[in-house]
Amino acid sequence: MESVGKSFVRVDARGKVTGEAKYANDLMPKDCLQAKVVRSTIANGVVKSIDISEAEKVPGVVKIVTCFDVPDIQFPTAGHPWSVEAAHQDVPDRKLLNTRVRQWGDDIAAVVAVDNVAAERAASLIRVEYEEYDPIVTVEEALAPGATPLHPDIRKDNIFVHTSFRTSPDFDYDKAKERAIEEYGEENLIEVEGVYRTPRISHCHIEVCTSWAYVDTNGKVTVISSTQIPHITRRVIGQALGWPIGKVRVIKPYIGGGFGNKQDVLYEPLNAYLSIVCGGRPVCLELSREECISQTRTRHACKGVLRGLATKDGKLLAREGDIYTNKGAYASHGHAITGGITTNFKDIMHDEYGCRSDGYSVYTSSAVSGAMRAYGVPQAAFLADSLTDDICYAGGFDPLKFRMENCVPPGFVASNGITYYSYSLKECMKRGAEFIHWDEKRREYANQTGPIRRGVGMGIFMYKVGVYPISLETSSARMILNQDGSIQVELSATEIGQGADTVFSQMASETTGITMDKVYIISTQDTDVAPFDTGAYASRQSFVTGKAVKKCALELRARILDYASYMLNRPAEELMIWRNNICEKIHTGDPVPERPARDQAEEKPAEQNTKKLALGGSYIDNSRNDGSVGESAKYSAWLDGKVKEYDIHDLPNGEAAILRDTGVEKDIQPGEVLLSMEELAMNAFYSLDRSEHITAEVTNQCKENTFASGCCFVDIEVDMPLGKVKVNNIINVHDSGTLLNPKLAEAQVHGGMSMGIGYALTEEILYNEKGRPLNANLLDFKIPTAMDVPDYHVEFLEMDDPMGPYGNKALGEPPAIPVAPAIRNAILHATGVSMKEIPMTQQKLVAAFKEAGLI
Amino acid sequence: MFDIEHYYEAKSVEDAVRLLSEHEDAEIISGGTDVLVKLRDGKGAGGTLVSIHEIPSLHGVYVQPDGTLEIRPATCFTDLTYHPLIQKYVPYLGEAVDTVGGPQVRNQGTIGGNICNGATSADSAATMQTLNAVVVLQGVDGVRRVPVTEFYTGPGRTVRRHDEVCRAFEIHPEDYVGFTGCYMKYGKRAAMEIATLGCCVRVRLDQSLSTIEEARIGYGVAAPTPIRCPNTEAALVGKSVTDEGIYELIGTGVLDEVNPRSSWRASKEFRLQLISELAKRSLREAIRRSLNHEAPGLAAPDEERR
Amino acid sequence: MLNIVHMWVNGKEVELAVDPRESLLETLREKLNLTSVKKGCGVGECGACTVLIDGVAVDTCLYLTMWADSKHILTTEGLKGPNGELNPIQQAFIDEAAVQCGFCTPGLIMTAVEIVGTGRKYTREELRKLIAGHLCRCTGYENILNAIEKVAGIHS
Repeated sequence: MESVGKSFVRVDARGKVTGEAKYANDLMPKDCLQAKVVRSTIANGVVKSIDISEAEKVPGVVKIVTCFDVPDIQFPTAGHPWSVEAAHQDVPDRKLLNTRVRQWGDDIAAVVAVDNVAAERAASLIRVEYEEYDPIVTVEEALAPGATPLHPDIRKDNIFVHTSFRTSPDFDYDKAKERAIEEYGEENLIEVEGVYRTPRISHCHIEVCTSWAYVDTNGKVTVISSTQIPHITRRVIGQALGWPIGKVRVIKPYIGGGFGNKQDVLYEPLNAYLSIVCGGRPVCLELSREECISQTRTRHACKGVLRGLATKDGKLLAREGDIYTNKGAYASHGHAITGGITTNFKDIMHDEYGCRSDGYSVYTSSAVSGAMRAYGVPQAAFLADSLTDDICYAGGFDPLKFRMENCVPPGFVASNGITYYSYSLKECMKRGAEFIHWDEKRREYANQTGPIRRGVGMGIFMYKVGVYPISLETSSARMILNQDGSIQVELSATEIGQGADTVFSQMASETTGITMDKVYIISTQDTDVAPFDTGAYASRQSFVTGKAVKKCALELRARILDYASYMLNRPAEELMIWRNNICEKIHTGDPVPERPARDQAEEKPAEQNTKKLALGGSYIDNSRNDGSVGESAKYSAWLDGKVKEYDIHDLPNGEAAILRDTGVEKDIQPGEVLLSMEELAMNAFYSLDRSEHITAEVTNQCKENTFASGCCFVDIEVDMPLGKVKVNNIINVHDSGTLLNPKLAEAQVHGGMSMGIGYALTEEILYNEKGRPLNANLLDFKIPTAMDVPDYHVEFLEMDDPMGPYGNKALGEPPAIPVAPAIRNAILHATGVSMKEIPMTQQKLVAAFKEAGLI
Repeated sequence: MFDIEHYYEAKSVEDAVRLLSEHEDAEIISGGTDVLVKLRDGKGAGGTLVSIHEIPSLHGVYVQPDGTLEIRPATCFTDLTYHPLIQKYVPYLGEAVDTVGGPQVRNQGTIGGNICNGATSADSAATMQTLNAVVVLQGVDGVRRVPVTEFYTGPGRTVRRHDEVCRAFEIHPEDYVGFTGCYMKYGKRAAMEIATLGCCVRVRLDQSLSTIEEARIGYGVAAPTPIRCPNTEAALVGKSVTDEGIYELIGTGVLDEVNPRSSWRASKEFRLQLISELAKRSLREAIRRSLNHEAPGLAAPDEERR
Repeated sequence: MLNIVHMWVNGKEVELAVDPRESLLETLREKLNLTSVKKGCGVGECGACTVLIDGVAVDTCLYLTMWADSKHILTTEGLKGPNGELNPIQQAFIDEAAVQCGFCTPGLIMTAVEIVGTGRKYTREELRKLIAGHLCRCTGYENILNAIEKVAGIHS
């Protein structure tokens, strides 16, 4: 390929290193008013009255609104596509400001003033009278008999949703165990049970959550926000205010990280409301770091009550889990993440008899849990991989071998139909094990004594791409040919640091034939202008939006060729675009290699993988230059060190086949240059005979999905008397399909690994008994510094995935998943101590080592 | 903006003392890394600040005629760490303040603030305790000297009177000549951290480098204020440096002399474990440095300064 | 009450009336439109607001503008050459893919400029310590270290 797959420099790199890239607050006008949210000083109760008389006297105060003033409208905040079916809609369980207080620091009033000092002084003078209930911080408290229901209008108790998944409808763990005893004999079985926990953590994007709003000359309320989801934010503001969505405008400039926190509508509706009640004057609502940590969204804390059964020769027979997540005060993303945890726990391993996993989302009076990088799968991975290694420890199995034999197999089809097309999980494990010298280290560290011990450990994952078929996947794109033959690309998929703008530019270049230096992507999304997309989440954009980009590029290309056909008086079929020129198309019959050659062997598919698949021609042969529909695609799996490919005819959607067109075809080469794009564009704009502004705009609904996967291997050192864990060596191996931009891909993995190390060892939001957060700042909430992390190693196994627009699949979120379980399992290897919860803080480790008599 | 009602930039120590005596609610601000953080948190909001940030005479490290080291309080941590006199005579103090926060905070925060804010977690505190540093305070009634071991009255509280400005810390020759030391900070991260525990152990060996002639043990966060462990210090005197029993001795001895508290940051049990373990490791390192001939002699008044 | 502060910002002499309550972060951003100086925490815990004051890296959120009187301030905007040329550190950040969301980037670049300014070469471990006053959630620091190492590393 020409552009895709190459390590182009980020299109926004220069703007960011010069400090010229503008973020929301950089665009704020000088006369912007400052808003401060007044927060409850109890965790659970009802606001009886609010006295603002003293606060109003503070010089500089412009407006104070309380929970008794705001519209009586409950709205949802999740950054999900709206469901047109009422039953699947996100739950509207909060107002702009709330009289029913459901967490410490809940939003009960807001002050707008000329500066932050006046706003803060006024806020401190507001007197609030409460009816106070007992705080309900933990899942256990929320489920205890007699616990106050936090949302009695929505749920009779604090269980938001309970779902139950089984590998087969009649699966029952206890029956499976009986069967196992019959089949293998009790003495030949290993059973492990335990309660495993993961913490509530904060995203800690370095830019705080912030927005500013004003009402424009058309009466449209305009919000400039640090958000991942501008179009959804627009809709939710409309819903929250009871305003027509057309009268709401959201602008998203560069944002300083999101990691899922900004995949929720946070304070944008309140900000819009405050501007409106201040006569449309610009009002800024910038949260403090403390508010960002405790009052926006968090990763769900999770408790898994788990059991697992295996034979003594290392066959996994059955597992079950009751998994409880702490949702916090409001629904936010509802049950989606809990559902993700339970299904992923079930699917990542293959249980001979089966698996049951039940998920309970539980309201508590604490910070709201929402989306965070990898949407439940980090929790699932910790539960599943901890249980796996505890089974291995009990049975004396090698954890690598056990996973190789019992993990999700090639060709896996999830209960909702998502198929694991390009499969290389086992090859990832093999590569990771080789890198870390697994076999040698397992032996070397086997019989250690003394206070400092070493261990190796691993974790694995698989991750679906985007949200189809659980939810809608749709995206649109617009491309415009400029007068110099360059193009503008406009999307509402958002650049949040992950490099989206760069890879979309590469895609547009790839498929149009216009070189990267002439592709200009518009980074800012303005919902008045930008075409619809739901935004950055679910590692979806390169996959879902990528298809829209490709489809749009194909359309633009066809229009350009059509105009070229007019200018050159030759059929479009004889023409192609090659590096900014219209060229004659030469059919060589001598294929240009589609991808850099790799040692792939076309082998006969293994018997068990061919059930649904018919043999046939490859998709490349079937896709045609004009972008017409091809009918089959390749299914590939990396087995025994070789890529094996199978053909799939019954693609879930014809669109997928369109999207296989790569622009550079096997048997096509550019011939004579007939016309430059610049000449063509100038003519198209100004021709007295046929003036045509060549543009394309498309929507692509994506009804395809697949899985990405990978693993992490670590080599660690544990200083037991001090409870310190040092990661000496670490590698993530990822199967993310074709890499769009290898250097950016690798960088993204680094960040995920760092996040995984923090998740494993130090990160956790803590509360006191009153439900007040204790460590909501960057000093006490411990994300790693440069001194806390090692150098990272990253490998990729690139295989074209037939569902990805360019063979690509998810990468953004997965790197954060497998690290914590790998470290946890390495501690088990080093010390024999099975840690049941993360973060494995120094204090917890010291206590565990003492209990084990190791120190 | 910070919620400051009145702000005064003092031109001299005398000026600062006068401003403080005139404004009962006034607080001294020097590096700002502590006062401004508290102010932003609402503590002292709407009050008065007297800045000593721009008083040149409060910066630097000097040697007095008798070899006493004089550390001026507005010297920032970075300047202290890299100061030739500190590196030569009390390098462990430089190492200790090199663990504060991160580089930028060390470029801003001062040793004066670190001691005078009364925090038991201050990274210089344990070491200053073992140095018997003397706090020189100037008030309306003149100058007085308070040993740092008598300086603290409780968490965040010291004997410094409202109108007094710290103008120096003095370290006498008997407190540094012939000593090596080691400060170990224990935190949850390797940087940007408040000490969960800080431990400084210093030793002076005999001429043959075989016996401990004097030992000093200082802690931060092992009690509500920074403390010493005099009994264990005494028990170490006369012990051979090759006697592995000294590590057990220090590790258990200190436990009787500390009084750590449980907080959400760390439990008492965990802190006791650290108190014991860090003492052993710091002692081992301090002895290693002595055996490596790193103990300094007496500083001369005309020595290189920065 | 406003006070007059006289300083040199990115080589230019500036005289400003400032509120004594202002942090240098606010003055640079709001009065001088130097928005490369980012606010991530307001309390010296993230390093996003780092600039060089008389050549020394400082968190401007904890620095009163009053103290900047007669001092030389350098922000990322001031690194650009007369024809838009980039500082070698900026170029290294681009080449090493050390930039993701970009919010910590200007602050880290200023610390890197201070590091390079010492004229010394550093080991990777030393560099880790020197940049430990900056939090970055995107990169895991790997490529940032690679970039700085390229200019100021022992093997550069």
